[in-house]
Amino acid sequence: MRRSAVLWGAVGVLAVMVAWEAYKFLGPADGFVVGAVAGETGSGFMLLPRTNERSMPHIWDMVGRLFESTSGGSTPPLIVPVVTAALLTLGIAAVGWIIGVAVGALLGLVMQRWRLAEWGLLPWIVVSQTVPLIAFAPIVSSIGTQIDRADGLPWPQWLSVAIIASYLAFFPVAIGVLRGLESPDRIHLDLMKSYAAGYWPTLLRLRIPAAVPHLLPALRLAAASAVVGAVVAEVSIGMRGGIGRMLIQLAGQGSSDPAAPWGPTFGSIALGLVAAGTVALIGLGLKNYRRGEATA
Amino acid sequence: MSAVVTSGVGKVFPTKDGDVVALTEVDLEVAEGEFVSLIGPSGCGKSTLLRLIADLDSASSGTLEVFGKTAHQARVDQDYGIAFQQAGLLPWRTVAGNIALPLELHGVAKAARAARVAELAALVGLTDFVDRYPDQLSGGMQQRVAIARALAEQPRLLLMDEPFGALDEMTREHLQTELARISAESGAAVVFVTHSIPEAVFLSDRVVVMSPRPGRITDIIEVTVDGARGEALRESPQYFERVTAVREALHGVPTERANER
Repeated sequence: MRRSAVLWGAVGVLAVMVAWEAYKFLGPADGFVVGAVAGETGSGFMLLPRTNERSMPHIWDMVGRLFESTSGGSTPPLIVPVVTAALLTLGIAAVGWIIGVAVGALLGLVMQRWRLAEWGLLPWIVVSQTVPLIAFAPIVSSIGTQIDRADGLPWPQWLSVAIIASYLAFFPVAIGVLRGLESPDRIHLDLMKSYAAGYWPTLLRLRIPAAVPHLLPALRLAAASAVVGAVVAEVSIGMRGGIGRMLIQLAGQGSSDPAAPWGPTFGSIALGLVAAGTVALIGLGLKNYRRGEATA
Repeated sequence: MSAVVTSGVGKVFPTKDGDVVALTEVDLEVAEGEFVSLIGPSGCGKSTLLRLIADLDSASSGTLEVFGKTAHQARVDQDYGIAFQQAGLLPWRTVAGNIALPLELHGVAKAARAARVAELAALVGLTDFVDRYPDQLSGGMQQRVAIARALAEQPRLLLMDEPFGALDEMTREHLQTELARISAESGAAVVFVTHSIPEAVFLSDRVVVMSPRPGRITDIIEVTVDGARGEALRESPQYFERVTAVREALHGVPTERANER
């Protein structure tokens, strides 16, 4: 079962690669445009995208570019700055994830404990996720700068990025914790009541263990969200050194070096996979909490 | 002192379409060490009555005493152990962990806990399975763990809501025999909800027959047995005679009501 899952995963990746190369081979080099006015660039509707080297580099060129020097001369191969930038972003995303998990767990606990809090908080939590990150990022950044200047508290730029990442990460955790803590069966709650167990013993011995199966996917989703949040936040507040900034920078040079922006793209994909994979490892340690009780 | 005394107990569940009377005018006394079964068709309020005694729900009218205290106080004092139709084991705990749960919650020291768990596992014949998880056990074994858990704190009252209802006939008879032995050994009073006539007669000192709409007690049938309740009892004429008596009490109810009208 496990092995076939891995196999089908690989088949999926391979299918995307084959589709890319097949279209590049078959599609028109300058795309297919209808209703273009002669002599007017950019007019008409493009029905099929261009397949020339500038728009769609070969996969082997993208991969090969990783091992060529970054910007000519004696600069290290592209993979070195990509990995360095990815690790910086990973660290920031991890801080964002931890903040998000802490805030989300607290919100989930409060909402489960008091129904009134659920009614009051849940709509705001849902609405919070509709605020675009790029609108929200500069606000966090400027608040951070003000704290840094006015109160003498050091507020490095990466902290703003981490806060913005946590803004995306807290959401699945809050919902997952709420649903998880509410998941115990009536019979288990009756049992705890018959033991005259109060809120805290019930929370520790019943609600939290029962929440684990809801919690693990939430944590994994939070990890992926934290990575996306960190990448976007870097770009929108202009922090240097991370993979988001590098993506923008290389994409700007895309016309002369089309394979280069794919380096940080792969880097950010790897980042998401590492983040989600690390959380999956937590799940391995908790496998006893994921047993389903066999029905009698 | 009696284990349970109810007088004029009623329970009304308010619903959108008006109040539903689940129980009305229930007068029942269960002596210490006595085994009493509640039997009747669905909706007769037998489970509701058990939940009232357990203080999982509260009565709408009448008074209910457990060992001379209010049901609430008896629950706080842990005067009863309870088992439900589903075993209700925590799937992330081993058999030993599940049996130990009430002991753990009430602060029993680790060594004493381990000793008590071993004792209880032996009592229900699961010594070799203490490290297994519930999903590795059969339904009958899970139910035995639930019984061991209910007995963990040596309660003087055991409340059981159709504990064998979901089991196959053979496992069921086997567990009935074991329960008869265990309840005799522990000396605890038992209130046992069932919808099986043979089960009620085999286990009980008294069978309380209930009827629905509204839930109430219609008859109480004594079952006196010479000696211990064992497999031999199932073959005895005395047993068949009582089974017939309970069956008549159950089925006679509608006829009787028709005559009243």
